[in-house]
Amino acid sequence: MSDAVRFENVSRHYGSVRAVDGVTLSIAPGEFFAMLGPSGSGKTTCLRLIAGFEQPDSGEISIFGDNVGGVPPYKRSVNTVFQDYALFPHMTVGENVAYGLMIKGEPRADRDAKAVRSLEMVKLGGYGDRRPSQLSGGQRQRVALARALINSPQVLLLDEPLGALDLKLREQMQEELKTLQQQLGITFVFVTHDQSEALSMANRVAIFNDGRIVQAGSPSDVYDKPASRFVANFVGSSNVLAPDAAVRLGGDAKWTSLRPEKIVASTVAQIAVGDRLGASGFIRTLNYQGSVTRLTVDCDGTSLIAAMPSGTIEMKPGDRAYLSWPRSAMVTMSGDA
Amino acid sequence: MSRSAASVERPGVLSAIADYFFSHPQRLTILLLAPPLLWIGVVYIGSLFALLLQSFYSFDDFSGQVVHEFTLSTYAKLFEEANLQVILRTVTMAAMVTIASAVIAFPIAYYAARYARGWKKALFYLAVMMPLWSSYLVKVYAWKLVLAKEGILTWLAGVLYLDGVLNALLAMPVIGGPSLSFSYIGTFLVFVYIWLPYMILPVQAALERVPGNYLEAAADLGADPGQTFRTVIFPLALPGIVAGSIFTFSLTLGDYIIPQIVGNSRFFIGQAVYTLQGTAGDIPLAAAFTVVPMLIMAVYLTVAKRMGAFDVL
Repeated sequence: MSDAVRFENVSRHYGSVRAVDGVTLSIAPGEFFAMLGPSGSGKTTCLRLIAGFEQPDSGEISIFGDNVGGVPPYKRSVNTVFQDYALFPHMTVGENVAYGLMIKGEPRADRDAKAVRSLEMVKLGGYGDRRPSQLSGGQRQRVALARALINSPQVLLLDEPLGALDLKLREQMQEELKTLQQQLGITFVFVTHDQSEALSMANRVAIFNDGRIVQAGSPSDVYDKPASRFVANFVGSSNVLAPDAAVRLGGDAKWTSLRPEKIVASTVAQIAVGDRLGASGFIRTLNYQGSVTRLTVDCDGTSLIAAMPSGTIEMKPGDRAYLSWPRSAMVTMSGDA
Repeated sequence: MSRSAASVERPGVLSAIADYFFSHPQRLTILLLAPPLLWIGVVYIGSLFALLLQSFYSFDDFSGQVVHEFTLSTYAKLFEEANLQVILRTVTMAAMVTIASAVIAFPIAYYAARYARGWKKALFYLAVMMPLWSSYLVKVYAWKLVLAKEGILTWLAGVLYLDGVLNALLAMPVIGGPSLSFSYIGTFLVFVYIWLPYMILPVQAALERVPGNYLEAAADLGADPGQTFRTVIFPLALPGIVAGSIFTFSLTLGDYIIPQIVGNSRFFIGQAVYTLQGTAGDIPLAAAFTVVPMLIMAVYLTVAKRMGAFDVL
């Protein structure tokens, strides 16, 4: 079976700016695929290339095996949920949802019935007669989703769909989107700059930087085995150790990532046993973050951050802390920042 | 010396006034609104009311005096054949001018709103506004020369071997005439020229407020450019078109200079009002004529509202 979406060495330039620079990727049917990266990294341009709002300057894009070069957006079987939803203000919610069917020329009764069902699917049954302006941000988000899904797209594109929602609503929508994707089995391609969102929702994540994909893989791959300094810093937080520092802490002479939550801090000296490595130093700062407390510890010129469950340790700045971590927690990577 | 935060002293009368209005915002609102409200209330609404009152009086043809008794007979006069012709002529012209202005203005406004940036945008504003800076009379007389039988348009038609077309146009009943400057076609052309900026600017403002991603959303949902225009762009531009048409329509309804300079000598409402209140002294009928455009606009706006033209505002 052909890939849902396939990029073959795709580039898109704006003048001298390489928004997308030689990207090759393939997204499998039914996958929940996240494109993660800082702003300006090319992830949104990639999404727009799939939607057809942009055409590549070079390379080839295919959707379910069909080369879509030169195919306008209205002839592609993909639909988009826009960042700010782009609901039509002069139409009711129901008319917005039924828009795609109206364009296809479906009879009014049919499309109205489908719009009602579609709105029920996103838990907005009975909202059809309202105007988009009368809805909250979260509700508009659902309308945008219903409006896209009613066309049964082969691929659904989501451009930072949760960016404008507050935290509680965002977490709720993350769950719902995931469930919806599993129910429908449609390929979702999701653009975000929020690494926790990408990790929690996607089957596979591609990390963008400067118009290129710097790493692609499952969320745990990307988190546990960052390929470069950039990934280690961007996905979660990490102690990024230069080769010399890595050697001093018992690792190899390469750039190394050590996740703070892998480090155990203690006030009593521990004997390094088996494959555990250790270091000690004075606590510079304690940063209470609710469920965890982050300690910054100066270990012979290298400052290490350790994240401990709050309440498990009684320490204050200036105390001596003994740190230890499994050897496997030190992941070597490339030095690309 | 210690000073509490609440008693920071700032000297000066202005400061005292500022403090007073800061703590009495309602009085500031009243002060700001009083002059314009007085102006609108007394000068504007007042004179309009006086006008309305006059239209319910009648004019005695024998004595040449206004009879100050309430009657509807003046309004009845509007329905006499000659007067009805004037109203019909004016309304038809206003409608044609409005439609033509909208058709010509839309592409210009669309280009300005969607594509023009930087110096092109500046050039657009300059091109649209500059005609408004020169005298209206000069422009109308200039058009009279352009449209005259010896004028540049007739000459151009000859050079391009289009004089047959021009003559056929002028030979048409009602709208034709001896030359462009003595026909309704000429009047129409000048009206469209003079009022076009009043259509372009509101349409451009309306289109400017349509975010680009609405167009992308429409395309994404399967609408080709034509469908996007009909279902998204046009409905969202409609308030601007209605606003522009209020200008072009009502300005044409009330104008009495253009049809006097360019066109045949048949009256438009404005000319009728001008003549009635001046030479004839029939103020009541002049007032009644003036009420006609107001009624037409009221009906027009009601219909536009019913059609949802203002829903997006």
